[in-house]
Amino acid sequence: MALIVDIQKRLGSFQLQAAFEARDGVTGLLGASGSGKSLTLKCIAGIETPDEGHIEVDGRVLFDRKKRINLPPQLRRTGYLFQHFALFPTMTAEKNIAAGFRDRRAAGEGTARLIAALRLEDCAGKLPRQLSGGQQQRVALARILASEPAVLLLDEPFSALDADLKWEVELELREHLERFSGPGIFVSHNREEVCRLCDQVCVLTGGISQPVQSVRDLFERPATLSAARLSGCENFSTLHRREDGTWETADWGLILAPGVTVEPDCTYVGIRAGQLRWAEGPGQNRMLCRLERVVEGQRTVTLLLSTPSKAALRMGWERNRLPVEGFPEQMWVEFPVERLLFLKRQ
Amino acid sequence: MDWFPLYNSLRVAAIATVITFFAGLFAAQKVSRLPAWLKGMLDCALTLPLVAPPTVAGFFLLKLMGPRGPVGRWALELWDLRITMTWYASILAVVVVTFPLMYRTVRGSLEAVDPNLRFAGQTLGRSDLWIFWRVTVPGCRQGLLAGTVLAFARGLGEYGATSMVSGYTPGRTATISTTVYQLWREGNDALAYRWAALNLAISFCFLMVINLMERRDGGRQEKEGPAWR
Repeated sequence: MALIVDIQKRLGSFQLQAAFEARDGVTGLLGASGSGKSLTLKCIAGIETPDEGHIEVDGRVLFDRKKRINLPPQLRRTGYLFQHFALFPTMTAEKNIAAGFRDRRAAGEGTARLIAALRLEDCAGKLPRQLSGGQQQRVALARILASEPAVLLLDEPFSALDADLKWEVELELREHLERFSGPGIFVSHNREEVCRLCDQVCVLTGGISQPVQSVRDLFERPATLSAARLSGCENFSTLHRREDGTWETADWGLILAPGVTVEPDCTYVGIRAGQLRWAEGPGQNRMLCRLERVVEGQRTVTLLLSTPSKAALRMGWERNRLPVEGFPEQMWVEFPVERLLFLKRQ
Repeated sequence: MDWFPLYNSLRVAAIATVITFFAGLFAAQKVSRLPAWLKGMLDCALTLPLVAPPTVAGFFLLKLMGPRGPVGRWALELWDLRITMTWYASILAVVVVTFPLMYRTVRGSLEAVDPNLRFAGQTLGRSDLWIFWRVTVPGCRQGLLAGTVLAFARGLGEYGATSMVSGYTPGRTATISTTVYQLWREGNDALAYRWAALNLAISFCFLMVINLMERRDGGRQEKEGPAWR
């Protein structure tokens, strides 16, 4: 059981090129805003029509340009959870759920079953605007489950919720996702959400999708510059090989000690703020940096440093391990080789 | 006092409003889906009767429906029916004049309905017709109500086009507005005053209703609107 997407669509000057395969479980579609995530979902659901390509779910073709297949959204069986839930505002929660049943005869009994399953007894008679964000999401989910979808499409479902509600709603959604037997696509620009909810992830940059990888791989071994950026890596530099065979990080102005293995085609190097080390003195892969500013966060402190080449660096520091005497103006910073991420451009 | 003009005005306005309601809703729904350039042109054409003098509308209706006009001749030959100078000819006149009011009000509120509601309905397997009547139309009921009341109020006072296509026959085609005109011509000021006062009273009531509706609508958007969006 899988959702296979390979589509292209041009919208003005924007070009979408999305190709991925989502197996059972949740696949994250991670990208900055404007990277084409929602457009991809809309193409899968049949709300937008791709210019070229092919979409299929469990061997059932939803769209194929060459074979001239383009099923209307009504026949695609995609459960689309909209950003603001798109509940019908003039219908009660109960009527909203009943509207999801394709077989009208099953609606009465089925609605009652779903209301019980999602603990919506108190909401049944209320209008959507009288419900909290979390309740609205449960009603929207119930309505989707009523339509017996073959695939779930979740479009930034937490963006409409207050921060204090988010955690609870997320746990609940996770529960329902685990029970759903089929592929699910979770669209988000938030790496934390993707990390908690998804099994695998596909990074979308400027409309172009990258190969699907496991969530672990994205955070531990991102392959491209944009993937590393989306995974939360803060410091980047270009990378090139010197004549003597050593590697130079051009922006940082650091020449790496011999013995590093860099995969072919890697032209960038990155390191997370939390992986930079404060060293006592000079040594391999160390640089004397100037401390520009200290930014105090809730749990961590970020040191804004500048390298001798005037490149900016961010170094993370845990709040409860702050040095008593404070930070000096000049610090030796070590770039641990095993923590460096060697990245391809695309 | 002969009450026929009041009865005739009310029935003409009521029937015309029903026709205008569906015609306006239909046109608004079709036009709101069109590409921008076509939308702009059709919008102008459909709004024209609102700004053109009603006598121009009446003139065209006469040319079309009169015994020598294409539609009028056809009706005469087929059913031996004279359309003009009857009370139901006034209905046509009122529909033409009130249509833009309904159309414009409804189109505005149709376009304010969140398109995601339609998409949600479609992905759930509901037909476009179901979505239109169960989701879209209830979603713009305020606009529909406002358009309907406005069209009825305007239709009740219609004079120009009505007097041209229906003339003035006491007890047959007389409406409040044509009666006032006729009474003034006859120099019967006393009766003309009474009809004028009645007309003003009815119009005032309608405007009050519209005002009340707008206030309720405004309050709703402030208090409850953003919650579900």
